[in-house]
Amino acid sequence: MLLVPCPNCGPRNAADLTYRGESHARPDPNTATREEWRTYLYLRDNPSGWLRESWYCSSGCRTHFQIERHTFTGELREPLLPGSKTGGES
Amino acid sequence: MALRNHPAKYSAFGLVRRGLRKTNWPRVWREPDWKSSYDVIIIGGGVHGLATAYYLAANHGITNVAVLDKAYLGSGGSGRNTAIVRSNYLTPEGVAFYDRSLDLYNTMSVDLNLNVMFSERGHMTLAHTDSALRTMNWRAEVNKLQKIDSSVIGPDEIKKLAPSLDVSTNTRYPILGALYHPPGGTIRHDAVVWGYARGADAQGVDLHQKTEVLDILCEGGDGADGKGAGATVTGVRTRRGDISAPIVVNCTAGWASTIAGMAGVRLPITTHPLQAAVTEPVKAFLPTVVVSGSLHVYVSQTDRGELVFGASVDPVATYNMGGTLEFTEELAGHVLELMPGISKMRLLRQWAGLCDMTPDYSPVMGPTPVEGFYVDVGWGTYGFKAGPVSGEQMAACVANRATPDLIKPFELSRFTEGELVGEKGAAAVGH
Repeated sequence: MLLVPCPNCGPRNAADLTYRGESHARPDPNTATREEWRTYLYLRDNPSGWLRESWYCSSGCRTHFQIERHTFTGELREPLLPGSKTGGES
Repeated sequence: MALRNHPAKYSAFGLVRRGLRKTNWPRVWREPDWKSSYDVIIIGGGVHGLATAYYLAANHGITNVAVLDKAYLGSGGSGRNTAIVRSNYLTPEGVAFYDRSLDLYNTMSVDLNLNVMFSERGHMTLAHTDSALRTMNWRAEVNKLQKIDSSVIGPDEIKKLAPSLDVSTNTRYPILGALYHPPGGTIRHDAVVWGYARGADAQGVDLHQKTEVLDILCEGGDGADGKGAGATVTGVRTRRGDISAPIVVNCTAGWASTIAGMAGVRLPITTHPLQAAVTEPVKAFLPTVVVSGSLHVYVSQTDRGELVFGASVDPVATYNMGGTLEFTEELAGHVLELMPGISKMRLLRQWAGLCDMTPDYSPVMGPTPVEGFYVDVGWGTYGFKAGPVSGEQMAACVANRATPDLIKPFELSRFTEGELVGEKGAAAVGH
């Protein structure tokens, strides 16, 4: 079982949250070229290793947040709040 | 290393003769010597990779081919799927493609001289809601237009075909109807792997097992080490040494992104595990394959009498094939809603395989921005049934240096062109 650390609700079973997948910066829709936009929409790094990803605390506080998770071992690094580059306090 | 009497011709007569003489069967395929160059390297020794190698040799006379696998042949998705084949898809592109695969499966035992135990037992996709029934009718009409035997049937006929199903109206998800597809069925997936491996090997293809690819060698590209768009493939680096080749084909399913990344190519793929389970064997009682989208489950009974269950992919992306308790718990609940009579059956074991999921539930096949680097990936939860046709078409694609019409809709460039082939309604049970 994967325990996901929600910044507000604390560690929760992954089944209680909604997985949003890989986090990538969204290009500006007004200036992005077709290729940039579709790259953002569809292409993924999908590494076997550390991945920064988004979660949605859908049955709790309804916060969107990011964590870094190892896609093979399931290890976690500290949660990162949206917009924070250095990681947020939970 | 040449083998005497290789490959042995399998027949009932041969079985009796060897039984009486008590002679051993020769090895099914060679342990090939290491070579430093090939015309084509195929990464991934599953159904797709082996079928591609087989058809390159059989249809195009290209035999200087190596298949590399980091473990043993068929150790990935080819040996972990639930062995269901069908062609009742939703899009005309998908239907034509999977139907060709079913044709090849039909004659495979003879073509490969190996009994693949194809059991054309019929395939039922249950509808529990009005909208599901609408999609089933849609699929049936698309199928009929392309001459596929496929129709929507009601609860009475369902009960006749599979008496163990609960078709009463007082369940949480009452069965309103089903898409019935008589040509669908099951097949022995290991035999398909062995048949293609044996056939490819007999024609001179080298099958290198336990040969993990560490890097793909490129030159002339925009990215680091000459990789990325505009590059040309020159070979691969493996744990056992470098091999040069002008063409490298990526048939690595769940690991497709990591291999493509070695050539500087990003794919529209996320790797999710899919769990399956099997029960203890009982007497035959389930004659068809039964699928339920609403209940996220598909079930068939093997020739040994075990029930094989598959589910939808796990929601969280991972390369870990460990099983979870949530899966067995949900599976048991859902299966008992369909067939309350089997509540005393015991689960024998569970396992997982990696699925390379694409956004539109269709595969990614053909050339990439790196010259000589081809992909046959994005096989999600439907790769096994497409194995033969993928091999045939990828072999044609590589041999002719042009994408055949049948797989043209599945090229990687469809994502930049915005021409997705939405197959989710017919390819997945988790929606």
